[in-house]
Amino acid sequence: MIEYFTSWDFVILIIKIVVIFGAVMNVVGLLSWIERKVMARVQMRPGPTRVGPFGLLQPMADLLKFVFKEDVIPSQANRFLYIAAPLVSLIPAFLTFSVVPFGPWLQVTDLSVGLLFVFALTSLGVYGIALGGWASNSKYPLMGAMRSSAQMISYELSLTLSVVGVLLIANTLSLRELVLSQQSTWLGFIPRWNIFLQPVAFVVYVISGVAETNRLPFDLAESEQELVAGWHTEYSSMKFLMFMMAEYANLIAVSSLATVLFLGGWNGPMFGPQWLQLALPIVWFAAKVGLFVFFYVLLRSTIPRFRYDQLMKFGWKVLLPLSLANIVVTSFVVAVA
Amino acid sequence: MIQALFFLFAAVAVGAAINVLVQKHVLYSALSLIVMLTAMSGLFILLRADFLAVIQVIVYAGAIMVLFTFVIMLLNLPADEDGADRLRWLKFIGIPLGLFLLFLIIATVWNVKPVRTTAAMIGSPQAIGKSLFSDYLLPFEATSLLILIALVGAVVFAKKDL
Repeated sequence: MIEYFTSWDFVILIIKIVVIFGAVMNVVGLLSWIERKVMARVQMRPGPTRVGPFGLLQPMADLLKFVFKEDVIPSQANRFLYIAAPLVSLIPAFLTFSVVPFGPWLQVTDLSVGLLFVFALTSLGVYGIALGGWASNSKYPLMGAMRSSAQMISYELSLTLSVVGVLLIANTLSLRELVLSQQSTWLGFIPRWNIFLQPVAFVVYVISGVAETNRLPFDLAESEQELVAGWHTEYSSMKFLMFMMAEYANLIAVSSLATVLFLGGWNGPMFGPQWLQLALPIVWFAAKVGLFVFFYVLLRSTIPRFRYDQLMKFGWKVLLPLSLANIVVTSFVVAVA
Repeated sequence: MIQALFFLFAAVAVGAAINVLVQKHVLYSALSLIVMLTAMSGLFILLRADFLAVIQVIVYAGAIMVLFTFVIMLLNLPADEDGADRLRWLKFIGIPLGLFLLFLIIATVWNVKPVRTTAAMIGSPQAIGKSLFSDYLLPFEATSLLILIALVGAVVFAKKDL
């Protein structure tokens, strides 16, 4: 035991954790800038421009503002759960990155059930929203929390089932092996990515992914026209910031998982000297995740919100049958081939 | 290391399980149950049953308990109930039944012989899938039918005029 804690393996593990956690934290901050800037451009506004070049230091300014704001706890709130809720939503969101393979050598741990581990964490993320809404002891947060719980339970089904087709082809649950299974190419230049084999699953996954992260057009949990700000109406200061960080971390997690499952993870053209060969996989991975994040931000700024009954109908009557049909067809093809 | 983790998870599980019974507020009981289930999945991981551990969290902590807390939040039950008084006579049945259950559990655990096989071979998703679809195919299918019946029943209850 003592030998392990003083070995190089342990030191390397700690370095990996620090690097990944730091990178994700920074990207979460950067994402708030990207979101505001892209949305502003879509709506023909300049967006943040004052703080730093191109407004790049805006997240820092926001952070300082959040830290120094008064932290209000409503007098009728359930104090313990009110304080616990932001943590409950933040911790699972960040734990997801412990199994995401950012590159061949940059992954904290490769569980044999890595994909299920991610889904388990996603399913725990609901509690943060549900408890936050309930503990506030106020109408709008409770309604937002109820909507959000129902929505997340419904879309979790199609999210999980859409992935089964990929698993049938790859024959593994480990995220690293999923990436390795998409390494080869067809005809020498078309990458063997699952998006070409499982287009239906990809579409279902991307749509349920948006719903799972509670973003537009599925942000009924906080729909500001009806519910003020939904489940985090009563939250302020750092606790509100923690909810926002969890949302962005979830967005990156869903995008990373989409990259691993459908876009071949870190696979991409390899060239150049040794050091470039080491860095390129991570560049490809980051580029693909960036593509998804950009898509999700564009989605937010272009599509209006669903009505609640439309959302439920769409989830249960369109996405769920579609993913089930996809599983049946894929099973047949895999069994025959 | 594994022993230290075992005692950590075991202590959390037992503490949370006691808390489920002790808490006056139903929501706190439900939340303690979630903590207990998560600690249990930690114990499963120590036994190298990764698949079981993750499924435990997904199914129990992530799906079933969400619905429980959901209902409790919707009803918003008061923290203190007098309803417990009406069921006082249940104590006299409850204690012998509880002791009987304890006896059954101890008897079962007593008879278990340690198996000489690598735990990873039993706990892996492949091994569990193989045994589910060969040795335990009938119970597996029967369970799925049972769940389907419950689903249909719930729909019939919810919508009287189909």
